[in-house]
Amino acid sequence: MKLSYQIATRFLKSALTQTLIIILGIGIGVSVQIFIGSLIQGLQKSLVNTTIGNAAHVSVTDDDDGFIEDYEAVIRSAVDADDRIVAASPVLNASVLIEKDGESQSLLIRGFDLQKAEGIYEFSEYLDEGAMPKADGEVLLGVIARDNFELSVGDTISLITPDKRTVECTVSGFFDYKVAAPNESWCITTLPTVQAIFELDDVASAIEFQVDQDLVFEADAVAKNVSAAIASGSDTLVVGEWKEANEQLLSGLQGQSISSIMIQVFVMISVVLGIASVLAITVMQKSRQIGILKAMGIRNGSSSLIFLFQGLILGIFGAIAGVLLGLGLSFAFTTFALNPDGTPVVPLYIDPAFIALSAAIAVVACVVASLIPARKSSVLNPIDIIRNQ
Amino acid sequence: MSNILELKNINKIYGTTVKTQVLYDINLGFKEGSFNSIIGQSGSGKSTLMNIMGTLDTPTSGDVVVDGVITSGMRASQLASYRNRSIGFVFQFHYLLPEFTALENVLMPYRIGHKTVPKETTDRAKELMKLVGLEKVMNNNATQMSGGQQQRTAIARALLNQPKMILADEPTGNLDSLSTGTIYDLLRDINERFGTTFIIITHDRKIAEKADRIIEITDGRINMDLMKNN
Ligand SMILES: Nc1ncnc2c1ncn2[C@@H]1O[C@H](COP(=O)(O)OP(=O)(O)OP(=O)(O)O)[C@@H](O)[C@H]1O
Ligand SMILES: [Mg+2]
Repeated sequence: MKLSYQIATRFLKSALTQTLIIILGIGIGVSVQIFIGSLIQGLQKSLVNTTIGNAAHVSVTDDDDGFIEDYEAVIRSAVDADDRIVAASPVLNASVLIEKDGESQSLLIRGFDLQKAEGIYEFSEYLDEGAMPKADGEVLLGVIARDNFELSVGDTISLITPDKRTVECTVSGFFDYKVAAPNESWCITTLPTVQAIFELDDVASAIEFQVDQDLVFEADAVAKNVSAAIASGSDTLVVGEWKEANEQLLSGLQGQSISSIMIQVFVMISVVLGIASVLAITVMQKSRQIGILKAMGIRNGSSSLIFLFQGLILGIFGAIAGVLLGLGLSFAFTTFALNPDGTPVVPLYIDPAFIALSAAIAVVACVVASLIPARKSSVLNPIDIIRNQ
Repeated sequence: MSNILELKNINKIYGTTVKTQVLYDINLGFKEGSFNSIIGQSGSGKSTLMNIMGTLDTPTSGDVVVDGVITSGMRASQLASYRNRSIGFVFQFHYLLPEFTALENVLMPYRIGHKTVPKETTDRAKELMKLVGLEKVMNNNATQMSGGQQQRTAIARALLNQPKMILADEPTGNLDSLSTGTIYDLLRDINERFGTTFIIITHDRKIAEKADRIIEITDGRINMDLMKNN
């Protein structure tokens, strides 16, 4: 073992340039793998984020009259049923018109349990100006609505209900979700405010749930659990989730993932083939030494171990070089490929587990690649070397 | 004394389509502790015979018997460890490992058979380097030595494991006659002190005559087998 390892390192050192070129080759392969993987993952994360960043992952609505009376009970049984749910809030949605100086526009007024809904919409994160509504009658508007109606914090606005009543509200602040639709037409307030405007009892029009960040793709399973849990309470409640509403996006993402994996697999295959052929040449270069060692009595197993060690060493250094190169490439990409506003064109997703996996695959691949030269070394007959001086 | 090595009806034919017979019906026995020389013209089959005696090559027919065991029945790993323990080789074309220093080359046969190298072994390797007159260059890489120095290193390497038998093919081919004489005196001394069996191929008749026995090979046959009685 130790001797095989030492011979392996001496062989690698004796042809240092060749060794460094192989390591560079493996490193470039691994770095491409890491870069492409991080790019695709980042792309997908940001796509998914724009899609569901300001929407609930799972929601419960009423099929009958559109109102859920005992929403607290529904929330409780749903949260009990699935621990992947991290936030839940009742919401009462309705349409109103905002009118100012003869101009008007329709708004979607959304009454939440603001504290609970923070876990879904992260209002305070996206608050551009002002403060969260503290009392009933206070609302948040989007930055586009603010600009359209030249509003500022503390202004009073007139909202007109579909049955032509006018209600006054105070603007406590403005949010910016970086997406046009909510910025233009959402009006966020407390649940009691909307109930009061529409003269309703303590009801909600929907219950919205947020699933753990890393498990958003399990929303369908969560929805199924929620559905089962609340079935006993009422048979008019229906459960929806983001995936069924975004099937096209999902199949797009899946296609992207598959092509990303294909690229990575082919990069790895070419790396393995490269190493295998280089190591096979090394056996030829070192056949004299192997022959002498065998004449002196080294076992066939130990003589093949030399080349497995070479593969392992090259793999480890190649993987390290690859991780460094890959991270460097990613860093350069996120630093230099920027949008006009300074954010990266594509936010890379650096996943340590993915990087570790790529590195591990590279090391294993290199050892596998060295099986062929190891075999060659094992079957080499010393007499062929001794005889042909 | 018993025979440490026996060759029985050895024939060697090279090639499958064009067949060249190199050795014809060789029968030889070597006594433990004897000092033997093999002479013969270039191409007569000396190296071929030595490779067969060292279990590196296999005869086309006939048996090689070591310690009473026929080698053709032994597994590759058994042969490898037999070679490692019992034979010291000095090849005609010296064959050091260029990636290692002279001293590391000398230690190599020991390292092949053992996991760790105790200090006594390293000391013995250094002592052997001194005996062959190389204590000054023992940390040189094998490639940074002259042909004669490499040859002397190979001799030290063959002696390291204190094998029962040393097979040497022109071990002093690159040396001047003074060094050749010193080396042979050294080998003779080891032969007498440790009872190591020596089988040495040489061109040099003067050297051959110092051996207890001279075997002459002519065209693959034993032409003369002269035993000195002392
Ligand atoms: N692989 C081979 N195939 C065919 N013939 C071979 C092969 N190896 C050696 N021979 C032949 O066998 C004969 C004996 O070769 P060998 O190397 O044993 O000679 P030698 O006595 O050691 O000569 P030298 O003194 O020059 O070293 C030679 O005629 C050589 O041409
Ligand atoms: Mg020869």
